Amino acid sequence: MKRFNFVFTVIVMLFLYIPMIVLGVASFNAGTDIAVFKGFTLENYSELFVDKTLIPLLLNSLILAVLSSLIATVLGTMASMGIHSMGRRMRSLTMGMTNIPLTNPEIVTGVSMGLLFAFIGIILKTQNVLGFTTLLIAHVTFNLPYVILSVMPKLTQMDPNLEEAALDLGCTPRQAFFKVVLHEILPGIISGALMAFTMSLDDFVISYFVYGPSFRTLPLEIYSMVKKPLQPKIYALFTLLFISILLVMCVMNLLQARDEKRGHNLTHKRRRNV
Amino acid sequence: MRSKLLAAPYLLWMALFAIIPLCVVLYFAFTDFYTGAFTLANIIKLADYLPIFAKSVWLALISSVICLIIGYPVAYYIAGRSPLWQRLLYMLVMLPMCMSFLLRTMAWVAMLEDTGIINSVVKAIGLQPLPLIRNDAAVILGMVYNYLPYMIMPLYTVIMKIDRSLIEAAQDLGCNSSQVFRGVILPLSLPGIISGFTMVFVPAISTFYISQKLGSPGTTLIGDVIESQFKTAYNPNLGAALSLGLMVIVFICVAIMNRFSTDDDEGGVVTL
Repeated sequence: MKRFNFVFTVIVMLFLYIPMIVLGVASFNAGTDIAVFKGFTLENYSELFVDKTLIPLLLNSLILAVLSSLIATVLGTMASMGIHSMGRRMRSLTMGMTNIPLTNPEIVTGVSMGLLFAFIGIILKTQNVLGFTTLLIAHVTFNLPYVILSVMPKLTQMDPNLEEAALDLGCTPRQAFFKVVLHEILPGIISGALMAFTMSLDDFVISYFVYGPSFRTLPLEIYSMVKKPLQPKIYALFTLLFISILLVMCVMNLLQARDEKRGHNLTHKRRRNV
Repeated sequence: MRSKLLAAPYLLWMALFAIIPLCVVLYFAFTDFYTGAFTLANIIKLADYLPIFAKSVWLALISSVICLIIGYPVAYYIAGRSPLWQRLLYMLVMLPMCMSFLLRTMAWVAMLEDTGIINSVVKAIGLQPLPLIRNDAAVILGMVYNYLPYMIMPLYTVIMKIDRSLIEAAQDLGCNSSQVFRGVILPLSLPGIISGFTMVFVPAISTFYISQKLGSPGTTLIGDVIESQFKTAYNPNLGAALSLGLMVIVFICVAIMNRFSTDDDEGGVVTL
């Protein structure tokens, strides 16, 4: 049984990574047809940096992802603290609202925001409401639940005595937050922010309904490119992004593993002291 | 009292950009495109799209079931490894989700096409090219491929948390391994199954890109129809009515699935 599960897992992993391999190989392909390998070249990579169409769009995506995840992280962390101190009924009501963008199909979220902005356009009698601001609003909205869902568990796990102890020892509430609470919930904040960032970076469906011609992101460009034959330089960009995300994830995992080990040792020491 | 107020900006934001938009959808669904007057015409028109709704539900259901069948053994295997391997394998499952799903779907098109990678191998062997693309199976493949990680993650989270001593107890009391699985492990992983199922079903039923690329006109899904109402046919009022219909279907399906689980534990929360 164990052997079967192992072989099966390997096959599934291959299944998950086959398209990546295809795209990676295509990035070194001299021909334009992804299905026919015409010889090895690095031209797609040099073209990516010479031809200035994709890099600015990638920068747009990055700006949007950084800003929206930052705003969502600040708003979401504040909200989590607030929700944490709410009564049972208020809390379940708020969490219900948090679940709206999570359980709604993405296309419905996109359409509903698109219609809202269209509606605002009608009221303000302007044609071009859509642009960077509408994209930013949409991204913050779908990022918020991810932040809250990763910060909330850390707050509930936290020992409430810690904050009280800090207050008893003469901290102001502000100091107690920055010196004690923030330190305890930081892993949740970081993972929430990272999740928001990746969600925002790769979002296509919701952006598709709220973007304007003045500000476009990389996924939007890929979608419009797909109607024409794809340019091989996009595969080069994909491969570079893949490698950088892989590296970031590896580093994060190593750091986390080290942290956990240290935390483990600490609890051991504490126990011994008791 | 002071800290409760910290949630105020968030509540205001969500009211403005999550709840009001849904009200706007309602408004558009029940008004006429030209006059803006109240009408039921858009809702009545939904009846024409019943076969497409049915097809979307059907394909999304099949994909969710396949994801469960494929994802369970993988999640089970990962949960039984050493912490280091768990971390690594979990990362490998997550990683594809961070990459552009548009391009990954395009890679499948390149593989499955009549002149694609698989068919050129088939032709080289001397066989007739296979009809691999523009059919239901290709759309299901695309859905399974894209949403499989959403199934594996909650399953893994739940299976990992199962108390080993419960399994040992069952073994001590004379259960064989299949009895342990059916009597202990499977019931305890039910919350993960439900949330995984939902996390695959909801995006699958509402997709439009996968069916556009891998499907044929016969596999038009509800997402395709909604997209065309906003982007090509330009009838936002019908589009709003269709979105409303989709929301209702998703709501019903999720409610049915949640009835299977006794309590809504945090089993399904995605964690990075």
